[in-house]
Amino acid sequence: MKEELIVGLEIHVQLATKTKMFCGCKLAFGDPPNSNVCPVCLGMPGVLPVMNRQAYEYAVRAGLALNCQIARFTKWDRKGYYYPDLPKNYQISQYDLPMSHDGFLDIELDDKRTKTIRILRAHLEEDAGKNLHEGLDHSRVDLNRTGTPLLEIVTQPDLSSAEECRILAMELQKLMQFLGVSEANMQKGHMRFEPNINLKITEDGREYRTPICEVKNLNSFRALERAVAYEEWRQLEEWKNNHDYTLDNYGKQNRGWDDDKEETVFQREKEEAHDYRYFPEPDLVPVEIDDAWLDRIKSEIPELPGVMKKRFTEEYGLNDYDAAVLTGDRATADFFNQAVQAGGPAKRVANIVTQFGLKTANEQDRRMDEIGVSTEQVAQLAQLVENGLINASAAATIFEIILDDERHPETIARENNLIQQSDTGALEAMVDEVIATNIQAVQDFQTGGKKSGKARGFLLGQVMQKSKGKANPKIVGELIDKKLKK
Amino acid sequence: MSAKLTEDQVRHVARLARLNCTDEEIALFTSQLRAILDYVAQLEELDTTDVEPLAHCLPVHNVFRADEVRESLSNDQALANAPQRDGEYFAVPKVLGDTSA
Repeated sequence: MKEELIVGLEIHVQLATKTKMFCGCKLAFGDPPNSNVCPVCLGMPGVLPVMNRQAYEYAVRAGLALNCQIARFTKWDRKGYYYPDLPKNYQISQYDLPMSHDGFLDIELDDKRTKTIRILRAHLEEDAGKNLHEGLDHSRVDLNRTGTPLLEIVTQPDLSSAEECRILAMELQKLMQFLGVSEANMQKGHMRFEPNINLKITEDGREYRTPICEVKNLNSFRALERAVAYEEWRQLEEWKNNHDYTLDNYGKQNRGWDDDKEETVFQREKEEAHDYRYFPEPDLVPVEIDDAWLDRIKSEIPELPGVMKKRFTEEYGLNDYDAAVLTGDRATADFFNQAVQAGGPAKRVANIVTQFGLKTANEQDRRMDEIGVSTEQVAQLAQLVENGLINASAAATIFEIILDDERHPETIARENNLIQQSDTGALEAMVDEVIATNIQAVQDFQTGGKKSGKARGFLLGQVMQKSKGKANPKIVGELIDKKLKK
Repeated sequence: MSAKLTEDQVRHVARLARLNCTDEEIALFTSQLRAILDYVAQLEELDTTDVEPLAHCLPVHNVFRADEVRESLSNDQALANAPQRDGEYFAVPKVLGDTSA
């Protein structure tokens, strides 16, 4: 028996506009319920929706970055939807003429292989509001989110493991953030995933396909990965018990994800496409995009993480790992770029950001730009290290201080007596003293061979100790070499 | 329309729209909808072989607004017409959390 997992992913991304897709109501997270609503998003009779230009341009920008064909002509459609969180009783979406289609995104798997995931389409639509019913005998409806612009990205069924689904989702989050089209903040529900999952099973020369299950509304990478892994297990078990558990016999179905029990639960047979009763939206006119407009949107695409990572290794000589960490999210990449622009030597800035900055950020569960240090301070700190004024341990100490001290790192270094001693005269006296009192080590060093390096390290350490860690080790090393090399 | 609309089709559409209809209503709506569909079916007499489908009846495109915040309704205004409210929320009969938008 051979089984193969087949997954296609639908991803909803909330666009970072100030206002809704078809009306001027503010988009804000956590505002009082039903405070950002108007007759348009409340679905009052007689109102007219008007497209948000920024939302359209963000969607095109994202489509371009997903290597999609951008449709020169698109229109809007109504999709039947009978739930109170969208009181028009339809959702404005795009059916047969989506604004972009046929793209791809490359993902890097854990074993460093690159896999291309084809994108079927990416289109714009409006979000629904929120139904709340926990512990109530009725449902409460909050329509603040109703009409929020969403980009729906649909992949081809090219994903073949739960892990690949998670990697793709994280790659998309990073891409959307770098593009500036979405905050892609998971806590605020800016990204939601709906995997379509089934298995192709071959046994005794016969091929079986299990029913396609769509798991609705997963809102974290973890839930996505777990839900796909659970479905892979569940569908195989069901099929083992009953070889008639196939797509032909059971069709498609919707399932929900129970985060506490970590299992999917049956919701309903999936309504076939025609049951959504799509038809053209008469209240909105089509969109036509010409070369000039498309070129302008193209020009607004910033440097994307793949290209940026390459630049960091080639231009700054960073290693692959550091370059990957620095381009891991937009906030970190922006911080690094700005610190380098502010005059920080790239390699030193990279060390400070990856070793101290991101460590602090992780501890505080914040982004790099939220921990209290400015890009200028990091640039200045990097210069101090580069110029040999402070050593690595002093840099760590100063970094801790500037987390809540806005002053120049050099001022702090002087105040805390952390400036390295680079004055050859003073250091020479210490080196002489150490040479005079460690005859054995001097002999080992001069004999050469295995022991030589160790002896040199010992002598250097003695001088460092004498200087209470303030001697510039590079200069001390040079002095030792000069004095003892015959 | 070559095939006549059936009562089952009407029941199906009613269910999708979350409408409860009695058998009498289904019979009535079926005959009424048939009449409408027969009327519209007259269009099929036209030869549309070389006619491009029309996405919109107006020769207009690209009507946009700038992404600028406009004042929303107050919570009380928003809820003024609601048959039932629960504090700042609309209150409706309990629905399963489907939100498949």
